[in-house]
Amino acid sequence: MSRLEAGRLAEQLRAACGDGPCVRLMEVCGTHTVALFRSGVRSLLPENLRLVSGPGCPVCVTSQGYIDAACELAMRSGVTICTYGDMVRVPGRHGGLEQRRAEGADVLVVYSARDAVRHAATHPDRQVVFLGVGFETTAPATAAAVLEAGARGLENFTVLPGHKLVIPAMQALLAAGDVPIDGFLCPGHVSIIIGAKAYEPIVRDHGRACVVAGFEPEQMLAGLVRLVEQVRAGRPRLENVYAVAVREEGNPRALEWMYRVFEPADAVWRAMGTIPASGLAFRPEYAGFDALRRFDLRIGGDYDPPGCRCGEVIQGKAEPRDCGLFGVECTPRRPIGPCMVSSEGTCSAWYKYGGAVTAGSPAA
Amino acid sequence: MSAASSTPTADGRIVLAHGGGGELTRRLVAERFLPKLGNALLSPLTDSAIIDVPAGRAAMTTDAYVVQPLEFPGGDIGRLAVCGTVNDLAVMGARPVALSLAMILEEGLELAVLDRVVDSIAAAAAEAGVVVATGDTKVVEHRRGDGLMITTAGIGEMTGEIRQAPDRIRPGDVLLINGPIAEHGLAVMSAREGLHFDTDLRSDVAPLNGLIAALLGCGADVRFMRDATRGGLAAVAADVAEASSLSVELDEAAIPMTRTARHASELLGLDPLLVANEGKVVVVVSGADTSRALAAMKAHPLGRHAAVIGRVTQARPAVVELLTRAGGRRLVQRPYGEELPRIC
Repeated sequence: MSRLEAGRLAEQLRAACGDGPCVRLMEVCGTHTVALFRSGVRSLLPENLRLVSGPGCPVCVTSQGYIDAACELAMRSGVTICTYGDMVRVPGRHGGLEQRRAEGADVLVVYSARDAVRHAATHPDRQVVFLGVGFETTAPATAAAVLEAGARGLENFTVLPGHKLVIPAMQALLAAGDVPIDGFLCPGHVSIIIGAKAYEPIVRDHGRACVVAGFEPEQMLAGLVRLVEQVRAGRPRLENVYAVAVREEGNPRALEWMYRVFEPADAVWRAMGTIPASGLAFRPEYAGFDALRRFDLRIGGDYDPPGCRCGEVIQGKAEPRDCGLFGVECTPRRPIGPCMVSSEGTCSAWYKYGGAVTAGSPAA
Repeated sequence: MSAASSTPTADGRIVLAHGGGGELTRRLVAERFLPKLGNALLSPLTDSAIIDVPAGRAAMTTDAYVVQPLEFPGGDIGRLAVCGTVNDLAVMGARPVALSLAMILEEGLELAVLDRVVDSIAAAAAEAGVVVATGDTKVVEHRRGDGLMITTAGIGEMTGEIRQAPDRIRPGDVLLINGPIAEHGLAVMSAREGLHFDTDLRSDVAPLNGLIAALLGCGADVRFMRDATRGGLAAVAADVAEASSLSVELDEAAIPMTRTARHASELLGLDPLLVANEGKVVVVVSGADTSRALAAMKAHPLGRHAAVIGRVTQARPAVVELLTRAGGRRLVQRPYGEELPRIC
């Protein structure tokens, strides 16, 4: 990657935008949100190109009800919660998993679902519950862990199901129609699994441009150039500028694992409510691994912490600086909403790289 | 020897009696510490070490070390403790003279691990030219420690006037670093259980007093130095900007980093500017002395890959900006806590 190449692409992007009306593009994925800031690409964008962050941060879209259920489970005797690190700090109704851990709950940060299976195997006296959150990037790994636990006959391993699917959320956003979006910068990681073809309904049914891009600055810039060219030409279509990693069909093996263990089910998204067939629930033959069933647990309703606008931020309806808590009461040190907790969260990225130490306008 | 026979150590592990102050404690010190670390100050095992301090000023520092795993690619907790203490003295312009070493051992720690750590302490002390002048050991019950924790203090001789201070930083000064960043943090993470990524990254943990002496000896006007440990390069750049109320502009393309470290950071979703180092010093020198300082650093083995990585300006008070490889700009802030690898 050279500064020259990026400069050339930035110039191309400015030329494509011209002096026409503002183009609004959504980067769906939290990794893109962070990479766009961290690489400085956001500072290279022309004024009539607006990037809106979408519902692609796994922690951020997890409903408060799920967090509260995880906290309740953590306090049951004999239970060990295994989770990705970001989930630990998300505040629930009465504090989050971090507080539960301080109160004596056994909460273990793991880096993969398989580590949770290993922990269950070496701790037969504990009920090990893995918090299954994330999109199609992590869901196949959770499915593989369930298959492994089954093969090893582990009866003390379950998953609290919270996985979500990207495409239904994009469709729900467009169907609601209250956020103007001209096109989507589609996430590289998820697309490796689901394949570029998965975005066809967005183009066909909703007439929005879709370009799959990687996370290097020139890949993101190239993706933005294609999107703006499509929007300006009025001919939205599906393009893949990350063909080195993303195939049309995705990764059939990962998808096979995922759909062997899970099936699409209605899911509650933070602030977006229930979106049909947008989550993954256990198939009946794997229901024995469902923590909801094992512990007779219900996931309660969703709500936002008072004053917190994360729900609007993940839908692109508000920017972090529109929230009164941003940078004042809500900071990475003392996060109130999940978008500030997660390293992939929009508020965290704005705060860290945009320089908003007060609620004022960041230098993005 | 009754304590030894009634408290079996045949399985080669630390037991509580090793910290009891009795025969086992004496043997632990006599057999496992003194042969490797012994010197005229330590070996008499007096309650304090008596050190000749030249008339003038001394620098003193203390540090505590916990790390998991205890041994990682490129180093271990012992080397970390010696180098960390030596570097804290050296960046103040002091010549490190003597260290103290207190070890808190957890019941059950393998003696073989302890032996390797003590070997490593001896080697690092020899490399840095310091002695362990005094020490202590305690043993805590199983699950009440972290295997092995180390606390040190260090004393150094101030050889000249203290001239390194943040209030001497001026617009036009430049920032240098002695080599590639982020290797310690990534190496430790790669060795941590559960985080499976293959890498040949090794910790950069090293005593920097030789390099710093060479730099100070070259005559360049060194305004400020700090070793970039926890918090990474970002934390030191923020220190420079905040303490001087000036702006620091870092040039991403100029910051030394191996391809492996860059890929590992990307894979884990970590910003390499925030990842820990244990053998890197950030130096602020007067702009006029840039080439002299760089040449002095490059001439030292620990500075072969030294580079000019940024400059001090008046653009925005107390702000660090990064000119990115893509030619964009963004803010750099010190990290808020431990940076965790991302979910996906």
